[in-house]
Amino acid sequence: MSELKRTPLRDFHAAHGARLVDFAGWEMPVQYRSILEEHKAVRRAAGLFDVSHMGEVDVRGPGAAKFLNHLVTNDLAKLFPGRVLYSPMCYPSGGVVDDLLVYMWGAENFFLVINAGNIAKDLAWIREQAKTFDVAITDHSDDFGLLAVQGPHAAEIVQSLTTADLASVKYYHFVEAPVGGIHCCISRTGYTGEDGFELFVNAGDTVALANALLAAGGPHGLELAGLGARDSLRLEAGYPLYGHEITQDISPLTAGLGWTVKLDKGADFIGRAALLAEKQNGAANKVVFFKTGDRRIVRAETPVLGSDGAVVGRVLSGTLSPILNEAIGSALVATPAIAQPLAVDIRGTKLNLLLVKPPFVALKKTS
Amino acid sequence: MSNVPADRRYAKSHEWLKLESDGTATVGISDYAQNSLGDITYVQVPKVGAVLKAGETFGVVESVKAASDLYAPVAGTVVAVNPVLERAPETVNSAPYDGGWMLKLKVVDPADAAALLDADAYAKQLD
Repeated sequence: MSELKRTPLRDFHAAHGARLVDFAGWEMPVQYRSILEEHKAVRRAAGLFDVSHMGEVDVRGPGAAKFLNHLVTNDLAKLFPGRVLYSPMCYPSGGVVDDLLVYMWGAENFFLVINAGNIAKDLAWIREQAKTFDVAITDHSDDFGLLAVQGPHAAEIVQSLTTADLASVKYYHFVEAPVGGIHCCISRTGYTGEDGFELFVNAGDTVALANALLAAGGPHGLELAGLGARDSLRLEAGYPLYGHEITQDISPLTAGLGWTVKLDKGADFIGRAALLAEKQNGAANKVVFFKTGDRRIVRAETPVLGSDGAVVGRVLSGTLSPILNEAIGSALVATPAIAQPLAVDIRGTKLNLLLVKPPFVALKKTS
Repeated sequence: MSNVPADRRYAKSHEWLKLESDGTATVGISDYAQNSLGDITYVQVPKVGAVLKAGETFGVVESVKAASDLYAPVAGTVVAVNPVLERAPETVNSAPYDGGWMLKLKVVDPADAAALLDADAYAKQLD
């Protein structure tokens, strides 16, 4: 474990009883008390997550907007200062390099948030693509802590620590303001399907911010939540996870993220030709979400069987929904087979997949 | 530290076995095992009447993290399974040594239990 990277909260996690595991090369808390209980706490009240392992990259310069519109599939024209955009960035093949958030500070000043496991790959890719643009790329991944406060009580908890009017900070918007006296960028975003905030903070202030949030949140039912709950929450919400629903081989269109692919945005972005062809010809496979009515977890890589028992796909993610009390998951299935009854074999028991348009549970996030 | 009660015996594969006064034996998994697995979401047990050999797989315990086989500590016939676990498998987490029991066996030979680890030996294995 000695070579694992640590966030500023590593000792905080250990002191709070976390089970620390290797996550993408980082020593991270998978759970504190119970994945299922932490999941329910976020749906019921609020959870505090350390996501400081995520990468942060500055993109600045006169060519920044033009470069980013070339790099990502979504349309940068939708951004204005204080607004956040979710987008995949693709290879020319249409496969996904990573999915990311783009924060717009100003006309020539943007900030990207990328997946921890992809930081080195993404930086190399972004720098290579940026060569012909008037833009400077700076990695700030080690400079920031990132804490997520998620759940129906998140707003009142964060509001109790800041004078910023959070009611005016809508979903996928951000402001700069002190929280508990600590300078933060407050972003109304998250990965749980609940209302909530992600707070960017100077790395050295992360422990103080975590303690302030924990103290303020306790009376509101806030609990520490680990990466185990983060994964079951995102799957219940139907959000993709890089390496599962989107990969180098699974395009955003295949993954059902067509709303993030703006083929007609007026800029030729990386992957556009392949994605246009996929849209015109139809995707060979589709990502579907399912539940089973049974508690047995249908784990990633489980073969998906068509009505004649032939393998027509494979499971990408699977867990137990702590809210539904049944197995939920996602699978990559050959497009022609999707209309058939689908099933999996779990240790000799055939379980039928009931396809669901996510989210699996009613969500209360603000819009 | 894991709780290892001295009133029963243990298999290296982390099942416990407790001989009862009526000649049956109760089987479950240790506190160490439930803690290693994390949140237990499903317990698959055999039907009453199933005949088990020592060391034979009798079921599966599944957590959010993984599914693990369960092994019969001694030979015997299943005379009861814990009905609570079907609806509340998390009982294995909260009460591994009592409410979270899995099977009751009519053992072939109670002396077979002597081949299992006592609490001290099992606790040492965990160090």
